[in-house]
Amino acid sequence: MSENGFITNVERELIPISALSQYVYCPRRCALIFIEQIWNENLFTAEGRIIHERVHEENRESRGDVRIEYGVSLRSLRLGLIGKADVIEFHRQLDSTWLPFPVEYKRGKPKPDSCDAVQLCAQALCLEEMLGVEVTCGALYYGKTHRRHEVVFDEKLRRETEETARRVHELIASGETPRPVYKAKCDNCSLFQLCLPKTIGKKGSVKRYLSAMVRENEKTS
Amino acid sequence: MKRHLNTLFVTTQGAYLSKDGETVAVKVEKEVKLRIPVHTIGGIVCFGNVSCSPFLMGFCAENGVGISFLSEYGRFLARVQGPVSGNVLLRREQYRRADDPKASAEITRALLTGKLANCRTVLQRALRDHSDKIDTEAISRASKRLSNTLTRIKSEANLDVLRGMEGDMAHIYFSVFNHLITAQKEAFVFEERNRRPPLDNVNCLLSFLYTMVMHDVRSALETVGLDPAVGFLHRDRPGRSGLALDMMEELRPFIADRLTLSLINLKQVQKKGFKKADTGAVTMSDETRKEVLVSYQNRKQEEIMHPFIEEKITIGLLFHIQAMLFARYLRGDMDGYPPFIWK
Repeated sequence: MSENGFITNVERELIPISALSQYVYCPRRCALIFIEQIWNENLFTAEGRIIHERVHEENRESRGDVRIEYGVSLRSLRLGLIGKADVIEFHRQLDSTWLPFPVEYKRGKPKPDSCDAVQLCAQALCLEEMLGVEVTCGALYYGKTHRRHEVVFDEKLRRETEETARRVHELIASGETPRPVYKAKCDNCSLFQLCLPKTIGKKGSVKRYLSAMVRENEKTS
Repeated sequence: MKRHLNTLFVTTQGAYLSKDGETVAVKVEKEVKLRIPVHTIGGIVCFGNVSCSPFLMGFCAENGVGISFLSEYGRFLARVQGPVSGNVLLRREQYRRADDPKASAEITRALLTGKLANCRTVLQRALRDHSDKIDTEAISRASKRLSNTLTRIKSEANLDVLRGMEGDMAHIYFSVFNHLITAQKEAFVFEERNRRPPLDNVNCLLSFLYTMVMHDVRSALETVGLDPAVGFLHRDRPGRSGLALDMMEELRPFIADRLTLSLINLKQVQKKGFKKADTGAVTMSDETRKEVLVSYQNRKQEEIMHPFIEEKITIGLLFHIQAMLFARYLRGDMDGYPPFIWK
């Protein structure tokens, strides 16, 4: 651990930025993907491709004071993060400098938790470290609602993002996957059948299952 | 979760498979006969002189699609393996338990409970559905003996004793297997299990279907990041897939044995589809092999209720779900491995 509380500064220990939003949504889901490495229908590559097609469809005009770059590689040694941004817009300032403005494209609709905002803020923190500028805001674009939501990187969101990064590092270093706790949102999780929150949540259920099988066999023989 | 994915069986001699964008292209005599999106297939099995481009192999490995090469007769030749994926912590746990006799015995008990219960169900179903056509007394006796073994397994902690029990119960089960054949009884006679080579039509069918199940089980284990080579019931032997053999035990009776019986009993395969070489080895004609493959694919589309996760799934997903449950157990999510038990 370094003095600012992050286990980082080593390139091989960088974790993907996407792990942060997974963690905010559900720590077990984050562990299933990044510790257990469960294979999931190319969750990332397929999504990435679709989004890039989308992005180009958006056909946002590149006016004189906005420059757009796609698929930008990002990194923060301070937070131990690595990843790619779908879209970075560079907005020309009055003093002719270009200020980065990250835009994340999501297929679905806005979510009740802060997972998308945290992911966007993590991109901003990477950009700040890499370019030595201050990134004040970005945007989330939702495919389902076709709406762009501006996100301001205030102190509260920055703290939440840094805290999440620290916790994800701890989780992955521990090598332990948290046990499931079934909640209503589990029903819409694409990993439901790999996580089995209802089945695994019941402790001792396999022993019961096997005993019941043997008992049943004794009855029918 | 993986949707139910089909296996692509390529039996056309001289076919060439390559990657074409996100799809697998099958060429015969330089003409593309088929294009399938890779995300819709779970595995590729090539029979005989069928080749694949290295880029397709890499692409399939990356997408968790297993590729196996078999001889024209379905004898296993080779498998394509991509860079080892998955969770190294899981594989280390697998090796640790395999080195520990007590932990191995616990896993073996679960595997054998699954196998025994499913063998017994094959017999019980025959008693229920065909009592007019079969020797009910012999089958009831065998079923009773299997049932006694099932009760004994529960309290047996010695791995060698458990392995011995497995041999005994396989013997009991196969001793009445011939009674389960209710049609074409002259052409399909089963005396005992033989494999290298299969010496009669029934063993030829069983061996072929076990090879198919093996491909699916191995692919599923590799997909969840387990090492197919290191087993619990089956001791390590170089070149043998111990864990794949372990995981097959509970699925053999439910998938392969039942399918063998229904192919014969419903006359979907016939005497003329088999040929015996001078050495005694029996092989299937191309047409019969295709018939068996199609039936296997159809069986995999059938829906069942999974007794442990209590969800409706296709039989084709069963391999994947059992492999995943095994991995979840090793990683401490559950208090045991729940075998698939068919009632």
